[in-house]
Parts: sequence; structure tokens; C-alpha cells
Amino acid sequence: MEKPGTGRLQLALSSTMDSVAEIEAAAETLAANAGMDEDTRFGFTMAVREAAVNAVLHGNEYDPARKVNVRLENNGKSLIVSIADEGHGLDPNKIPDPLAPENLLRGTGRGIFLMRSFMDEVHFRESHPGTEVTLVKHLAPAAETS
Amino acid sequence: MALTIASRELDGVTVLDLSGRITLGEGSVQLREAIRDLISKGMKNILLNMGDVNYIDSSGLGELVSAYTTAKNQGAALKLLSLTKKVKDVLQLTKLYTVFDIYDDEASAIASYK
Repeated sequence: MEKPGTGRLQLALSSTMDSVAEIEAAAETLAANAGMDEDTRFGFTMAVREAAVNAVLHGNEYDPARKVNVRLENNGKSLIVSIADEGHGLDPNKIPDPLAPENLLRGTGRGIFLMRSFMDEVHFRESHPGTEVTLVKHLAPAAETS
Repeated sequence: MALTIASRELDGVTVLDLSGRITLGEGSVQLREAIRDLISKGMKNILLNMGDVNYIDSSGLGELVSAYTTAKNQGAALKLLSLTKKVKDVLQLTKLYTVFDIYDDEASAIASYK
């Protein structure tokens, strides 16, 4: 029997802030259906939103010709969200450490840090063109569907 | 929910009561414009009441930092009041909690400008 909350959703969206809201709502639903507690759900959804904003804003630069492809999955052990843009690519290692004293007052550069803070795994992959980020949050034993 | 901003004056301090989300496309621009408007009018004491702000993203954090530095560069003081737990958590995580003057009660915040 399929575990409750498990499943996969794929979305192909335009490069707009409405798409960011749609991805955020889908992540919220995925986390809620997995039984994630409120604080963890907040962080999970925020990380997904940051990745979505990066794809729409920095990756696709709001270009209507470029799509954002999203896959959300609950495999019973983890929630996995992949977001791919069609932009010029991103080297996450070139993002300055936002916690360094000299960077604390920068207006940008905290998105990837927030993703890494709230997720168990964050992977970047060049997808030619563009970047695919995969976010993984392991389900706590109590929230694992068994 | 988009950000709403209401302004009031209290003992020489401009209090902006914020409500909603401070995020890219929702609240960042409104906040930026509100702060710029106050500074252009020569307001030196600005207090952001965050008691009804339930969400802030990296763009919103950037906007808060920009507001803080813009105010400071113009000889004004921008402080924060009544952070919700979620916003406080994000500010602590990003070490911005140490950057801002943050108060839990309005009377203490207002008194701090004297």
C-alpha cells in the first residue's frame, strides 16, 4: 500500500513571481501532508521559496521564454524538491559568506545560506542551459509515513 | 498576505506598524519606499514595529539591512520592535540580530531615542 503523503508532482512554470508563489504553496502542501511540524515546515518552505526566487530572478531573469521546471517528491523517507532554470548558470562557491563580518550589511547573498540552513542536503548541478538545485529534507521518525 | 504599513508619531519617533510579509514582490518595495520617504522628510528616529510580520525572506532581510544603512548614513536611527518568533529566528540565523537595536516593548524602544 502506498504510504500516506508520498508521491510526486511536476510543474513547468513561467518565470514570474506568481510561479514562485505556486512553488511555495506546493512545498507547503507537501510538508503538511508529510506531517512535518510547524517550525520545520516553515524552514522547508522558506528554502524552497529561496530556490524558486533564484530560478525566476537570477536564473531566468523573468524571461518569459524560459521555464522553471519543478519536481516535488515525498518518497516516505525524505522530501525532495528540484528546481531547474534555463539561465546562464550559477557557481554557488562564488557567493560570499553572508555571515562574515564584512558581508553582514550586504543587501543580497543570503538565499543559498538559508537553503543550506533549513535543508539536510542542497545540491547544485549545471543543466546546460541553467542550473538545477535539489533540496532534500529527511523526515523525522515521527513524521515518516510507515 | 502583502505588507501593509501604517505610520504614527510618538514622542518624536516615527513608528511604522508593519503587517504581513516582507518578501520579494510583496513587501520589500513598500518598505523601501516608506523608509526613503521618511528620510527624505528629515525624520531621524524610525521604529519598525514588526509585531505582525510573520514572514521574511532573504530579499526582505536585504531590505531591512539597506534601510538600516540608509538611515545610518543620513544620521537617522532605525530600530526594530516586537519581532515574531519566526522573524527573530531568521535574524539570529543570519547574525543580523546583532546588527539591529531590537526591543520587545514599545515604551523602552521609544525611550531609547532620548
